[in-house]
Amino acid sequence: MNISPDYFASPADPDTLRRLGHRLGLAAEAEGLLDVAYTTVDSPVGTLLLAATPKGLVRVAYDVEDHDRVLDALSQRLSPRVLRAPKRLDAAARELDEYFGRQRRVFDLPLDLSLSSGFRQLVQRYLPEIGYGQTRTYGQVAELVGSPKAVRAVGTACATNPLPVVVPCHRVLRADGTPGGYVGGPGAKKALLSLEAAA
Amino acid sequence: MMKQPFEKVVEQHGQTVLRVCRVLLGVHDAEDAWSETFLAAMRAYPDLPDDANAEAWLVTIAHRKAIDVLRARQRQPAPVGEVPESPTALGVPGAGDGDLWQAVGALPKKQRQAVAYHYVAGLAYAEIAEILGGTADAARRAAADGVKNLRKSYPGAATEGAPS
Repeated sequence: MNISPDYFASPADPDTLRRLGHRLGLAAEAEGLLDVAYTTVDSPVGTLLLAATPKGLVRVAYDVEDHDRVLDALSQRLSPRVLRAPKRLDAAARELDEYFGRQRRVFDLPLDLSLSSGFRQLVQRYLPEIGYGQTRTYGQVAELVGSPKAVRAVGTACATNPLPVVVPCHRVLRADGTPGGYVGGPGAKKALLSLEAAA
Repeated sequence: MMKQPFEKVVEQHGQTVLRVCRVLLGVHDAEDAWSETFLAAMRAYPDLPDDANAEAWLVTIAHRKAIDVLRARQRQPAPVGEVPESPTALGVPGAGDGDLWQAVGALPKKQRQAVAYHYVAGLAYAEIAEILGGTADAARRAAADGVKNLRKSYPGAATEGAPS
């Protein structure tokens, strides 16, 4: 009984499977089955994972967040119908590229904020009001969203921002002017702030 | 236990399903069957129990899709032969393996299925019996007969390869 699966393999299999995977993504999109599409893009702050539902961009994740874990969480929280299908992320990838190339100051993308709720979502909705190159303190943001005592909760809302870079939680600093924590690590926060300051 | 992203299912089982489809249909139609299989699987995936054997599930879907492809092929006015005339030109495994494809293509359907599900997908005979109907013993016999026939027409199969 020496029939091995390898008899039915082909050296072209990796290419074939890549092509078939691409075709599956297109077919799933056409059939309305692609609940979560994702891709990864290179950036000056490392590889970013971008994920979108049919509603819009739902997640931007830094390398340090562990992309496999992020995908597992999306599968659990949104839908397991998750495929690497870059096409849906074309606009987001382009705008991020422009942003990192200092050609863009405002993101103009449909967003899906369904990964956050309540006060966190309220804060995350507010963050894009902080313009490019500007900063606010956690306390200022708390005041601006009408809960001046909720400084710590604003910190949590920033730390759990599912859409870093695009929703600019990096523009929120500690009262003493130091950057404070960041989902992408302190280095990434500094890099974004100096990118915007240099423009 | 948690349901993993469907992309992981494709990564983990895409290759096996492709090989199964090749054995069932030949190189030519395997890609269509693969695509239909994974599209149908993605549709049903949220309802798959978390502890289900994903590979057996996918092979069951591939089994049905391959039957659809065969039926569609039979309806075609000028049916294409099961084995491509020049298999190597179509990207089949290594030089000279056209013989293997001819040997596989010449197997009776049940034997071809049993060989695909046992030797390529690694399913147990009880699982194969669920797909094919009939008993595990019948599945075992079909696989054994299939291998015997393959060895007759493709002697290489008897001398190489990892034991299953």
